Amino acid sequence: MTDAGHDDFLDAVAEGEGFYLRCPRDHGSLPPQHVCPTCGSAELVRDALPGEGTLVAVTRIHVGTPAFEDETPYRLAIARFGPVRLTGRLRGNAERGDAVTVDVAENAAGERHLVFE
Amino acid sequence: MTRVHVAGVGSTHFGQYPERTSRDLFGEAGTAALADAGVPGDAVEGVFYGNFAGETVEGQGHAGPLAAEAIGVRAPATRYESACASSGVAFREAVRAVRAGDADVVVAGGAERLSSVDTAGTTAALATAADELREVRAGATFPGVYALMADAYFAAYGGTREDLAHVAVKNHANAIGNEHAHFQREIEVSDVLEAPPVAEPLGLYDACPISDGASAVVLASESYVAEHDLDASVAVAGSGQGSDRLALADRDDLARTPAAAAAADEAFEAAGLGPDDVDVCEVHDCFTIAEVLALEALGFYAPGEGVAAARRGETTRDGALPVNLSGGLKAKGHPVGATGTSQIGELTRLLRGDHHNADAAPDATVGLAHNAGGTVASATVHLLEVVE
Repeated sequence: MTDAGHDDFLDAVAEGEGFYLRCPRDHGSLPPQHVCPTCGSAELVRDALPGEGTLVAVTRIHVGTPAFEDETPYRLAIARFGPVRLTGRLRGNAERGDAVTVDVAENAAGERHLVFE
Repeated sequence: MTRVHVAGVGSTHFGQYPERTSRDLFGEAGTAALADAGVPGDAVEGVFYGNFAGETVEGQGHAGPLAAEAIGVRAPATRYESACASSGVAFREAVRAVRAGDADVVVAGGAERLSSVDTAGTTAALATAADELREVRAGATFPGVYALMADAYFAAYGGTREDLAHVAVKNHANAIGNEHAHFQREIEVSDVLEAPPVAEPLGLYDACPISDGASAVVLASESYVAEHDLDASVAVAGSGQGSDRLALADRDDLARTPAAAAAADEAFEAAGLGPDDVDVCEVHDCFTIAEVLALEALGFYAPGEGVAAARRGETTRDGALPVNLSGGLKAKGHPVGATGTSQIGELTRLLRGDHHNADAAPDATVGLAHNAGGTVASATVHLLEVVE
């Protein structure tokens, strides 16, 4: 199954060319969006996602979803990349406040998602 | 606009009933509510039914008509789904129907069957309340996203796992004597701190159980109550609802729940009341941190001040503001679609004086119910008051 917009975003992140959507008031969002979810502006342009983000919240999950059964326990985090925050798996030992980069991985169900390292 | 009375309340026991269907559970709760109200089924003009996981757990959608037939009612019936706030939303729509004069008697309620699938199935079902593309595919679970909120809260304001443990201890103590409660046993702070981790910093005893159950309330207009001489001393003083971005990462502040604050503002304004007027409240403590976030959003505490409220004894049975005298989701249990109207039922009985903990708030005249969906992308707040 293809998820138009979302898959384009993941393709771009995987190629090291991650982007986000920016409105004239500098709100950030992720595709697919027809308008800015914060202010409703239809003037959305692509802007480059910063190469490094900062971890703002981190957990280690001990009861995972079926798609991650074989990897449990695993870490999940939210990281800020400029005007957007991203949710992803966290590899390695980074803690809240640390800098991370973002890539794309696949879970056991074959679903692609973001990973931070 | 007419005044809306809570004419009757009903509930099943909350617990693990894997063999019982949602329709069976709701039939028990709904008929109990009608009996409590003294209202015949043929007087009911609408059924507002909350259910979250019917499709994923029971393979059953389109549950509104099923809910109506389960309680012997032939009237328009609609199922409402807003994750864990499903019956809070259903209740609000029912209140609006009566308040607007569109109906004199309606039933609002909800049911959930969760334990008939294994833990992996339940975890997957509950995770659908999160953003499927951006959170669930990355491994987010329901406890996992609340753990991220707890981590962000600790970073912003401080607080400890021990502070949160006091919320669980308090709510377990409150459930003792509640015949509907999933758990009726005391726990200690050390039990919470030593429990296996679920999603750090949250452990097993920071989390509500997975429960099956149903609840229902009968609402009636002021004129119907008078005409039929119903014993209905509790009325709805205000209703509010708020929404937020679905994915936690998209919120302005990971340690705040503005949807609940918006719902509270609307309900307080409608009632002409404020936080200082509230005598008792039932808040959505799906995890210990959730009770803290609720108390701060509702205006009872400034951000950062709510985390130690239970530890200081302010929200315990003997405190200035008893919170979750029912046992809360933590100990009473959390059959997702039933929780919102269960809170209304508990508050109604506290205000009527026939609740197992009514003697903890003997002079209470105003109660507040806070019901939240997902990581509070949906929230309802209702104020109940004793009218005479």
